[in-house]
Amino acid sequence: MLEYARWKYLLVAAVLLLAMLFALPNVFGEDPALQVERKDHNPVTLEASRAVESFLTQRHIRVDRSYIDGGRLMVRFANVPDQLAARDAVNEQYADIYRTALSFAPRTPELLRTLGLRPMPLGLDLRGGLYLLYQVDVGAAVSQALEGYAQDARRALAGANVAVKDVTTVAVGSERPNAVRVVLPPEADVNAARSALTQPLAGLTVATESLASGSALTGVLTPAQIRERQDYAIQQNITTLRNRVNELGVSEPIVQRQGVDRINVQLPGVQNSAEVKDILGRVATLEFRLEDMQNNAYEAQQLGRAPLGSKLYTHTRFGRPVLLKREVIATGDQLTNATTGQSQEGPAVNIKLDARAGESMLKTTRANLNKRMAVVLIEKRREVSEVGGRKVNREVTDEEVINDATIRGIFSNNFQITGLAAGEARELALLLRSGSLAIPLYPIEERAVGPSLGRDNIDKGVTALIVGMAGVFLFMAIYYRTFGLVADLVLLANVVLLTALLSMMRASLSLPGIAGIILTVGMAVDANVLIYERIREEIRKGVSPQAAIRAGFEKAFSAIADSNITTLIAGLVLWVFGTGPIRGFAVVLTLGIATSMFTSLMGSRALLTLMYGGRRKIARLSI
Amino acid sequence: MEFFSHQTSYPFMATRKVWYTLSAVLMIVSLASFFTRGVNLTIDFTGGVSAEVRFTHAANVDEVRTRLAGAGFHEPQVQNFGSSRDIAIRMPPDPKQTATEIRARLEAALTGIDAAAQVAQLDVVGPQVGSELRVSAMWALFFTLVLIFLYIAFRFHTWRLSSGAILAVLHDPILVLGFFSITQMPFDLAVVAAILAVIGYSLNDTVVVFDRIRERFEGNRRSPPDVVLDQSINQTLSRTIMTKVVTSIVVVALLFLGGPVLKGFSAALLIGIIAGTYSSIYISSAIALDFGLTAEHVFPTVKKAAFDHLP
Repeated sequence: MLEYARWKYLLVAAVLLLAMLFALPNVFGEDPALQVERKDHNPVTLEASRAVESFLTQRHIRVDRSYIDGGRLMVRFANVPDQLAARDAVNEQYADIYRTALSFAPRTPELLRTLGLRPMPLGLDLRGGLYLLYQVDVGAAVSQALEGYAQDARRALAGANVAVKDVTTVAVGSERPNAVRVVLPPEADVNAARSALTQPLAGLTVATESLASGSALTGVLTPAQIRERQDYAIQQNITTLRNRVNELGVSEPIVQRQGVDRINVQLPGVQNSAEVKDILGRVATLEFRLEDMQNNAYEAQQLGRAPLGSKLYTHTRFGRPVLLKREVIATGDQLTNATTGQSQEGPAVNIKLDARAGESMLKTTRANLNKRMAVVLIEKRREVSEVGGRKVNREVTDEEVINDATIRGIFSNNFQITGLAAGEARELALLLRSGSLAIPLYPIEERAVGPSLGRDNIDKGVTALIVGMAGVFLFMAIYYRTFGLVADLVLLANVVLLTALLSMMRASLSLPGIAGIILTVGMAVDANVLIYERIREEIRKGVSPQAAIRAGFEKAFSAIADSNITTLIAGLVLWVFGTGPIRGFAVVLTLGIATSMFTSLMGSRALLTLMYGGRRKIARLSI
Repeated sequence: MEFFSHQTSYPFMATRKVWYTLSAVLMIVSLASFFTRGVNLTIDFTGGVSAEVRFTHAANVDEVRTRLAGAGFHEPQVQNFGSSRDIAIRMPPDPKQTATEIRARLEAALTGIDAAAQVAQLDVVGPQVGSELRVSAMWALFFTLVLIFLYIAFRFHTWRLSSGAILAVLHDPILVLGFFSITQMPFDLAVVAAILAVIGYSLNDTVVVFDRIRERFEGNRRSPPDVVLDQSINQTLSRTIMTKVVTSIVVVALLFLGGPVLKGFSAALLIGIIAGTYSSIYISSAIALDFGLTAEHVFPTVKKAAFDHLP
């Protein structure tokens, strides 16, 4: 007698129905589309979407469908020329309101979309696009923080009238600087220095030591503080990169952290990497500094050195050299916003700083009314040069004074730079915003895939999938006859289930991912083969057909479980260690093992019990 | 249809010296080639520039090479791939240039040959990314082997089987490496993924055989181990061959239809599957036997679960 519990039938049926539903959106394909997004990030309203649609109809561009998805308007077209014409028309008509991006919209019916069902997103290798991997200089983030502490310490000690020999950043028990060291002359009052430093060095572990000449106070950052600072730097870079990517108008961009100090940027559909890196690669910071009005910059330029306490800048936007005080009033990471605006004197740039920079700005402007303040844009890039046959990685810093203006009033964290032409104001605001990327990052990997190659990859992957599956199906049907057909159905269910899981996870499908699906089909056969070979063995022993089926499942179970778990281990390790398409493969491999265990153990059991179960007498099995 | 209509009884254990020798020869050849010639690492591991270019007419590889050298690119490797109109270019890393500059110069050099030439793919990988990948690939391999060793030792109660499995499975990636070293096919990241998958699959077979060994020991504790091992391998032989034939069908489909991107990946899988089938039939159990495996080591502590508790 062959039986299977009712709840197990129900479970198999429910899982398969759900799987079919989730996998369904993948069969409809994609249409060229235009993604329209408001520049101020407000959601697009229904009225506004109708207005855009009727505008396009006026321009004789045929709109296939349009709908609002997550606050963005998606307009679908029957072909690419219509899509391109629509982009140009919208960009021209609504330049101030909307930002557009070329995209693909799934042809999924309305009903499925409202249920939140979507097809698997395609990876860059299948859709074409640009992949960039940025290295973030997290060490610089820590140095910057230390520099801030050193500056605060100097100020506090001067305020408390403590004589100081030197304040430097040093490395204590580590390769990179992680501490601030204050060296005091022998006559200095160590206790006074210590108490003066309590506030500026709050949070640091401060130790005192006596030297041959005087004493030293060292404040060390804890590893937790360093990690926090690094995380903050990465997070800030990600935010800035996201903003810049949004300015590019790319649909479904991905900006995410990778490992400790990397950020990967994936821009589907982008072909021109020059344009992108122009915007993303502007890795810069800003410094607000007072101008040194006592000394002559031209003189300093001729001498080739700046007076004490000042620094000479020859590269400026206004063509003349300037001398700036060494003290930094505010830096780019403290800039929260820079926008173009209007003042009585015409175009202006509105600047907002954070509270700490506001405080320092207030102090500076109060003491330096009618003096001049300049903004320096510091751009960093990597350059590798050969020194004595060895490649040396070197950081090159370009410093440019982008603005200098007279301080006309006392202000703190909210002020305007005026006296600019309209174009200048826009440029300055952009430069200032881009300068808020405080920690340098540089691209270490770039991969670009053309759209036709992506199309090719899909076609090849799908052909291999169909041919491979057809081969397996045919072979199984010939080798195991009726049981082979059952296995084929189970394999099909496995592919549906795997597709459904991948669609649910929104894991993007890459070419190695397709290869993973194909392999899963090949491997999922294994469980069936194990069971069927057991059934054949039992039949050879002369067991009745139904008992043979029962014994087949029973005896094959431990082999199926153990053998799949070993493959699962390999899949999981690959998942942890792999990145990009390799991780895609690992995800598919791992999920495929899980789905194939389910379908071949439960699915095929249910099907075979339906076919051969009950009390019927069966003379022989078609296996 | 059946491959083996009657139960086979090949003397795998008695002939194991022959198989050991064959494996040893293959491994020595592979390792010798690997250490002398190395493998043709792609820019995934070395860093550098890799581009795929489509011309509108058949491209002259030598002309492309000359043009690139003329444009100041160092040691450009140029070859056809796919069709006569498609060209693959590989160059060592040139850290002085950004990817953008490389693309511009590449396009300029190529449009001189064919105005409508298209750069279909351009990858620029920094040298540090490459060397890190080499390290993380080694770690991935190491962790996979350790975890699997522990799992098998846990499930089968003896290090003898575990060691047999791991030694047999080490044999497979070595042969794959040997294949890539001898043919000098490009060895990319996907090949590493394939090797790890091969380890998983090869163990899969080994474990199925071990499972049968465990079962046979349970019933015949008095039988000599070599007889039990021979019986176990023979009884699972038809399944082993069958599964591998089916898996090979899909891998061959991938190899011939999956395009150049998946060529290395599918070749590694195919070689690995063949090697894995061989090692799990001829090597893994034989090693366990030589380590002194007896029924005592695998005594059945696992009680058979009742039928209704199965999924």
